[in-house]
Amino acid sequence: MTPLAAYLLVAALLFAIGLAGALTRRNAILVLIGIELMLNAANLNLIAFWRYGPHPEALTGMMFAIFSIAVAAAEAAVGLGLVIQIHRHAKTTDLDQMNRMKG
Amino acid sequence: MSLVFYLIAALVVAGGLAAMMLKNTVHCALAVTVAFAGLALLFLNLDAQFAGFAQILVYIGAVAILVVFAILLTKGSETPKDGVFSQTWLTGLAVASAVFAVLGWAVLQTAPMLPRATATPVVSVQQIGQALIGQYVLPLEIIAVLLTAALIGAVIVAIHEKEGAN
Repeated sequence: MTPLAAYLLVAALLFAIGLAGALTRRNAILVLIGIELMLNAANLNLIAFWRYGPHPEALTGMMFAIFSIAVAAAEAAVGLGLVIQIHRHAKTTDLDQMNRMKG
Repeated sequence: MSLVFYLIAALVVAGGLAAMMLKNTVHCALAVTVAFAGLALLFLNLDAQFAGFAQILVYIGAVAILVVFAILLTKGSETPKDGVFSQTWLTGLAVASAVFAVLGWAVLQTAPMLPRATATPVVSVQQIGQALIGQYVLPLEIIAVLLTAALIGAVIVAIHEKEGAN
């Protein structure tokens, strides 16, 4: 197996773990953690393709990953702010109990 | 592949699995921090030093702390009595397994065509800085606006309004 394929498999496994967590956990914060894991798996793919691609000196893949990290940080801040507000409003972070859109 | 890669990959996968399967939410946050640290090590292993240290600073330094704060503010550390998994967990697990099967199949099918190991790219922080303020200056400015907007937005969303106050 080439090194790139090994990295891609690890990233695929991490993505699947994050997806499974986001789809199965009840706590909204853990769903956000699952989404963060999926974003990180995508970053790992970007960096691995940058490293083993034909033009690593062009820095394209690494720049994409760095910008992706910044966007993920913004997403985490807003997402956790929303979870705190929902908890204040509904007194729960259990997603199975949040089944109506009307406040 | 080197032994180091397998060790770090096992650490990342174990951290991710623990984060998604443990019952106590605080333990999950700590486990995901381990996974983030392992990912930073993988980035360093891929000769992407800047991205690796950015990962440590942003994820371990900021996101993990934010997650722990959110857990403590929402009393999320109390394990719910009717289980930590959703009622539709079987469907979610099936979807995730299907996604992994497709991704893994695609990687293994294309593995012989993927490029072999190449020479280690030498990337200095100076080059990254010049690329950031040269070729990538517009995305950098957009990220700056986005981070400012997200910061203000998160504060406005989470701010506690008193009853009756406008």
